[in-house]
Amino acid sequence: MRTDPLARAVARTSACAAALVACLAGQATAQSITAVSYGGSYQKASTEAWFEPFTAATGIRVGVEDFTGGLAQIRAQVEVGNVYWDVVDLNASDVTLACDEGLLEYIDAETLPPGADGTLAAEDFAPGTLSDCGAGVVVWSTIYAFDARRFPGARPETIADFFDLEKFPGRRGMRRVPMANLEFALLADGVSAEEVYPLLDTPEGLDRAFRKLDTIKDHVVWWEAGAQPPQMLADGEVVMSTAYNGRIFNAQVLENQPFEIVWDGQLLDINQLAIVAGTPRVEEAMRLVRFASTAEALAALGRRISYGPVRASAAPLITTHLETGVEMGPHLPTHPPNMARALRRDWDWWVDNQDVLNERFSAWLAR
Amino acid sequence: MVGALRGVGPPPRERLRAMGLVLPLLVFLGVTFLAPLATMLMRSVHDPVVADALPATLAALREWEGEGLPSEAVYEAAARELGSAREARTLGQVAGRVNRLRSGLRSVFTRTARNIEDVTDGPWREAMAGLDSAWVDPGTWHAVRAAGERFTARHYLNAVDMQRLPDGSVAPQPEERRIYLPLLWRTLLVSLAITVFCLILGYPIAHLIAHAPPRRGNLLLALVLVPFWTSLLVRTTSWIVLLQTQGVINDLLVAIGLVGDDGRLSMVYNMTGTLVAMTHVLLPFMVLPLYSVMRSIPPLHMRAAASMGATPAQAFRRVYWPQTLPGVGAGSLLVFILAIGYYITPALVGGSSGQLISNMVAYHMQTSLNWGLAAALGALLLAGVLVLYLLYDRLVGVERMSLG
Repeated sequence: MRTDPLARAVARTSACAAALVACLAGQATAQSITAVSYGGSYQKASTEAWFEPFTAATGIRVGVEDFTGGLAQIRAQVEVGNVYWDVVDLNASDVTLACDEGLLEYIDAETLPPGADGTLAAEDFAPGTLSDCGAGVVVWSTIYAFDARRFPGARPETIADFFDLEKFPGRRGMRRVPMANLEFALLADGVSAEEVYPLLDTPEGLDRAFRKLDTIKDHVVWWEAGAQPPQMLADGEVVMSTAYNGRIFNAQVLENQPFEIVWDGQLLDINQLAIVAGTPRVEEAMRLVRFASTAEALAALGRRISYGPVRASAAPLITTHLETGVEMGPHLPTHPPNMARALRRDWDWWVDNQDVLNERFSAWLAR
Repeated sequence: MVGALRGVGPPPRERLRAMGLVLPLLVFLGVTFLAPLATMLMRSVHDPVVADALPATLAALREWEGEGLPSEAVYEAAARELGSAREARTLGQVAGRVNRLRSGLRSVFTRTARNIEDVTDGPWREAMAGLDSAWVDPGTWHAVRAAGERFTARHYLNAVDMQRLPDGSVAPQPEERRIYLPLLWRTLLVSLAITVFCLILGYPIAHLIAHAPPRRGNLLLALVLVPFWTSLLVRTTSWIVLLQTQGVINDLLVAIGLVGDDGRLSMVYNMTGTLVAMTHVLLPFMVLPLYSVMRSIPPLHMRAAASMGATPAQAFRRVYWPQTLPGVGAGSLLVFILAIGYYITPALVGGSSGQLISNMVAYHMQTSLNWGLAAALGALLLAGVLVLYLLYDRLVGVERMSLG
């Protein structure tokens, strides 16, 4: 399956040329590793909560790089045999995909640290947040938020209201991918959370979801990057928009925007830390993963950005926001009242179906 | 005769030295341009992952006519090879390839491979059917057989919205999945429109700069160059600020009473936004070649034409315009080629109609990891550019191109 040596050498050279800095960094001592995350406020929070304390505790320097998600760069590094990323923060679908493709090292759940109260890791982590190649770190969710100034009377309260143009006129922001939109459409159409994925698995269910999306298609502004929804809300370009909950929290708390999150029908997702296969610094990388997945480290992150912890014993440690003193609980996707009608994203289903659905969604958009 | 020939070129030693100076560039081009290009073209037709991982299964499948279920030998080989692919950690790639031909099979493969270890003895067909009913569906085996082709035209067929049916015939994709041809067509039209806009806007600007007094000319040139040096992302987002419904331009129009507050124009997140932002981003690539060509045209020519009785329009059409053609050609070619490769700008300001073919290439490179299809789409674009280049060479002559 590997390409011939010449092509490999060529590919390696061009990969190095493209990432000269990273290559040079890779030659440095083993006492320094590279962690990769998504930039912005989340990366700032993970640097303060995990990477800097890790360096202080072990003396191992952590270089932080950003990427925009996806597995292309990881696959390129593994295929060429020149791995310069060590620890990567990935969402659960990508971990599943990459683990199957052999792009990640196995992580033995038994070696993860016990909870703050001494419970075994396997029991402390929420079900489904550990996988063969990943240790769960945060629960985040796709929600929709609105600008309170735009709705002085009745306010949107359910996911169905997002699709109700009569009661709540105005443009909506939605991410230009099928993921989350199809789930929201079915939930808004009266399907119960447990029924969403079984229904999406049938052609009739898919048609039903697209029909529901049809009803608001002409009033949608499509976004690509997570920073766009709060911006579009602030600009008045849309009256409500789907968004990542942490971004809206930032706008609410740090920028005093009058945004409100509708938790009804929120789509929960998790991110995991994973280790790129074949890294020469696997020992150090493993130590970082263990360090960052302790309850204390997860709580340190949860006090900086409103992403929920995946460990039961970390939840009580997340008290107030470090910078503003805001009570964090009600802002977390895992807060019990927020969970009343939450749907957990079925990443296995998406791994199976995303190629076909993305084509269908693009064709639907273009019509 | 020999002496005459030797007189033509430099002596061998000097030629060697000249070669030595060019060599670094040639090596650089080879490594950074030709090799990746060749790899890309190769990837669009060559996909050995499944063939390497399941050789015995595919060999056994060759006996199968495509009707009903394959023989027990196929099931036995598949059961063994799925297990060993799992151990070699190539299973994910195999499953991904097959899943593209029939979605849902990825999890069938990984699940079966995990559980097949517990099965030690046949009959294998029943055992696999017990793990997942997909194994007694002939469609699964058609997908495995198709994915097992080492050299394949599949990606190119896919890139033009066609597919190969199990009986070997070629047919269009189902309607809700036909996406690439309309996108290719739209990409070409959008790029063409942007090229025309750039030419219409850029030509007078370039003329003004080239024939203004040096001080004013430099100032004008700076106005073209400063945006050129500004980050693409900054320029794109500035256009959003200007064009959106609550944006600067709409506010202005409402303030002067040209449109009502409820009649604000939507100029962004649709095709208008794409055209405006991309025209602005690419304008310098039109202005600079035009400017360099125009600067070399002596003003004397126009005056001479006028003195011989030509009206300004005639003088422009018959004297000035023909002399600027190399710049027009170079600028248009440059803008067009850059435009068909853009994906950040249309993604940000384009809305539902803003998706161009390059966005799909980026998606298949970064997210779906279907590099074969991305390569096929890229190769089609490359072919388009080459055709255009040849056309240009025919009409204008490449040696007359001037890039400033």
